[in-house]
Amino acid sequence: MVRTLLVRGLLLGLLAGLIAGGFAFAFGEPRVDAAIALEEAAAAQAEASEPVAEAGHSHGEEAEVSRPAQKAGLFLATGLYGLAVGGVFALVFAGLRGRVGPRSDGRLALAAAGTAFTAMILVPFVKYPANPPAVGDPDTINSRTLLYVVMIVIGLAATAVAVTTARRVLSDPWLRWIATAAAFLVPVVAAWWLLPTVSEVPDGFPATLLWEFRLTSLGTQLVFWTAFGVLFGWISDRAARRTAAPASAVASG
Amino acid sequence: MSGLSTPSIIPLPRLRPWLLAVPVLLLVAYLVLMDNGAVSQTGAFLHELMHDGRHLLGVPCH
Repeated sequence: MVRTLLVRGLLLGLLAGLIAGGFAFAFGEPRVDAAIALEEAAAAQAEASEPVAEAGHSHGEEAEVSRPAQKAGLFLATGLYGLAVGGVFALVFAGLRGRVGPRSDGRLALAAAGTAFTAMILVPFVKYPANPPAVGDPDTINSRTLLYVVMIVIGLAATAVAVTTARRVLSDPWLRWIATAAAFLVPVVAAWWLLPTVSEVPDGFPATLLWEFRLTSLGTQLVFWTAFGVLFGWISDRAARRTAAPASAVASG
Repeated sequence: MSGLSTPSIIPLPRLRPWLLAVPVLLLVAYLVLMDNGAVSQTGAFLHELMHDGRHLLGVPCH
């Protein structure tokens, strides 16, 4: 049973990752290219005024992985990301099943995928939104990554607290919703407020490009989690019906 | 499976051995999304290969 779920999560995660990769390729790559073009124009200008330019990170032709290879790498990245996330999702799903959340496999898959998107993607995104190339200082990559992971952990912890709260407050459905929302939002908003802000957008970087890139990046994750949740729910419901059908045929016959 | 309409609970002892897969899967996610050579020992190669995916999945990148 667990094996079936794990294999399902891995394969559907890979598939959803490739679908999200397709979205990112179609709508994201033009923005990545535009940002890199801006970065190189700025670098060329700096080099012209200051001949001994420091050798920094570059996306140009001298980069270790060429741009076409990086565009193929996009699908490798989203596919492997989907595989890993889908596998972990399946094991969490196996643990939740029948214990927490909706009783139907399909609904549980949708609810869990929606929750995962909110806690692991939306919560960090609000504080530390995605940035295109040319935005972000290479020297701060470690601290920025750490803060991003901290935000994911806070999102997941707040979800656990909220679910526990929902199961404790049984008196009134309205009271339960309010208590659950508060249990989720209080730690999340506190973290948004208290954690250090990262602001590394260079002066003069086009606001429209930044906005469009961020929207596309969030869209890539939305496509992934929607595709994954729907596929996982659909396949799980079908499998549940198939195991239920022979039993009911025996019962009625 | 006895064909119940409500999903049957998977007992924890049956689930536990499979949880060993979690650190492996998290390592894969780490290498794809965040490694800059410290774990993979490939220098900037992995970072550059996964570059566009990192940006478009919303993970911090240089």
